This record gives sequence, structure tokens and C-alpha cells, in this order.
Amino acid sequence: MTDPSPTAIDEWSIRRIVRTMIPLLAALSVLQLVSGTVLETYEAVLLRYPALLVLVPVQIGTAGNLASITCSRLTTQLYLGTYEFSPSNPALRANAAAVFGLAATVFGAVGVAAWAIGVALGGSLALGLVLLISLVSGMLLALLVVVASVVAVEVSYRVGLNPDDTTIPVVTNLCDIAGVLILFAVVSVVL
Amino acid sequence: MPGHDSAREIYRQALPVIGVSLIAGLFAGTILGSETMRANIAEVPGLLLLLPAFLATRGGVYGSLGARLSTGLHQGIIEPRFRLDRRLTNAIVASFLNGMTVSVFIAVVTYLTLVLFGDGGSLFQLVGVMVVAGFLSAVLMITVLIAVIFVGYRRGLDPDNVIGPVVTTLGDVFGVFFLLVGVAAVRAVS
Repeated sequence: MTDPSPTAIDEWSIRRIVRTMIPLLAALSVLQLVSGTVLETYEAVLLRYPALLVLVPVQIGTAGNLASITCSRLTTQLYLGTYEFSPSNPALRANAAAVFGLAATVFGAVGVAAWAIGVALGGSLALGLVLLISLVSGMLLALLVVVASVVAVEVSYRVGLNPDDTTIPVVTNLCDIAGVLILFAVVSVVL
Repeated sequence: MPGHDSAREIYRQALPVIGVSLIAGLFAGTILGSETMRANIAEVPGLLLLLPAFLATRGGVYGSLGARLSTGLHQGIIEPRFRLDRRLTNAIVASFLNGMTVSVFIAVVTYLTLVLFGDGGSLFQLVGVMVVAGFLSAVLMITVLIAVIFVGYRRGLDPDNVIGPVVTTLGDVFGVFFLLVGVAAVRAVS
């Protein structure tokens, strides 16, 4: 049987997919062990306060999501010519304001939810404390997302790499890891 | 125009997507904070250490499978139905191999990290947990992803818009749940 597009099947060969992905996935998981080490360090605290355990996957997921939205918007604006590396740039300001607004909404809701789930699971942390941890770490994370995205887009543009290919994987993973680091930095100050 | 959205507009458009991942995260967090899981964390050294890596690679492996299938559909080189098509089976087998290889890799690196920090831990236990959790995630993620993408595509939904939330939601919730199953399975055989 003849294949109508013999070159296209190569892109779909098992060997090729596995060879491309495995080094990337391996590097990614080694990087993620950094946040794993932080979790392991705080094991006793996490086991005592389940509300904090509830916050962990949310923090990781939301950080990556905010980062990928910001990066892909900045990249598009770069190509459309509406983006400029300047604090007074309207596109940049709108993006930053939206990220802070989203973070305030999401991490406020998460604080209340994590507190309620924590209580249901037998935890004893006060609502104010969980909300404080969630909001402070969330807003710090938003700041990091904005700064990291702007820097990543700017650097990959100047170096001559396509920001679409480079910024999202780099910044989302960085923010996933930083999400856990920031969360426990705030926990160690508050608790 | 995409370049001229106001902050309010970006907020309004992004909130539903963020909301989906938030609910998924809360579900995953609830399983993680449950009494059974906390007992497992206390009992199995390394479980917290491998957690972020395990969850992140779910996204990497199955997010890319979804993106690949979606591109294939748009290009017209795969068809939106279950048939023993060469490209479709290749993509599925490759993502299964990727998922399993990386799961075992994470278990080994976690064990080495534990040894390095002198915390102790069992290589058999960690590899066992990751093989079970990795296998169950692979079966679930591949099945649901193909079903959602094919059914969605036939009904005129752009798979590119669906893959992200599906992978995040299922990956996080079931990732944590399958870790729990993995610990139980390893405990049963040892």
C-alpha cells in the first residue's frame, strides 16, 4: 500500500515521538523535583494542616495557567506591533492589570475553599490565616508571572528565537516551581 | 482586535479557563489532604517529593498527544473515528511509552534524591507506585482524550480549545487519586 504523504508518517513514527519527548520530559521532571524537595521539607506542617495540602495543586496549576495566558498574549502583541518594552505601554498595562485581577479573584476564592475543605478534613487553621497565605502568595505569584513573561518574551525576541516556542514552556514551568516556593516562603513567615 | 483588549476584557475571557483548573486543583487538593492520603504520605518516603514532577509530566505527555491529534485532524491525515490507523496507533503507543518511561524515571530520581539526603526509602515501593499510577493515568487519559477530541471534532468543536482544560482537570484529579491507588496496590503485594 502506498502512503499518499510518505514524509508525514515520519512525524508520526513512535521512535521519533519518543526520542523528541523523553529528554524534555526527563529534564522537566528533574526540575520539578525542586518543588518536590520543598514539599518534602514541609511534610510535618502539611500533614498537620490539610488546608495547606489543598492549596498545593491549585497554586501549581493556576501559576502555570496565568503564565501561559500572559506569554501567549505578549507574543501575539509583539507580532502585531502593539507591544513595546515599556511600563507605559497600554497593551502591557492591560495584561498586567488583568493578571493581578485574576489572581486576586482566584486566590481569594481558593483561600476560602481551602479553609472549608481543610476544616472538613479535620484541620484547625483559621479562615483569616488561610486567606492571608493564599492571597499574599497568589499576588506575589502574579507579580512573578508578569515580570518573568515580559523578560522571557524580551530575551527570546532579542536573541532571535521565536517567543511562541520558547517562552511558554520555560515560564509555565518556572512559575509552577516558583508557586510552591512562594507558597512555603509565605507559610514559614505567617505560621 | 487581540492587540487592543482592555484589562477587563482579558479578565472576562480568561476567568472561565482559570476557573476550570481551579476546581480541578481543589478536587486534587481534597484527595491530597484526605486522611488516607496523609497516612500514605507519612508512610511512603518520597511521595511528596515526586508529586509535582508526576503531575507536571501528565500535562507534558497527554497535552502533546492532544495537540498532535488535533493537528492531524486539521490537516486531514487522521480521521475522527476509532480505526486501526497507523498514525493514530503510533501516537497512542508513543504517548503510552513516554508516560511509563517518565514515571519510572521519576521514581528512580526520587529514590536517588532520598538516598542523597539520607532519608531512606524503598526503590521497589516508589517504582511500584509510579508504574501503577502511570499505567492507570495512561489508560484513562488516552481514552478520554481520544473520545473528547473525536466526538468534539465531529460536532464542530475545535480540539485545540478543549485539550488544555481536559488534560489539566483529569490529569490533576486522577493523578493524585491514582497515586493513592498505587500505594494501596504496592502495599497489597509486599
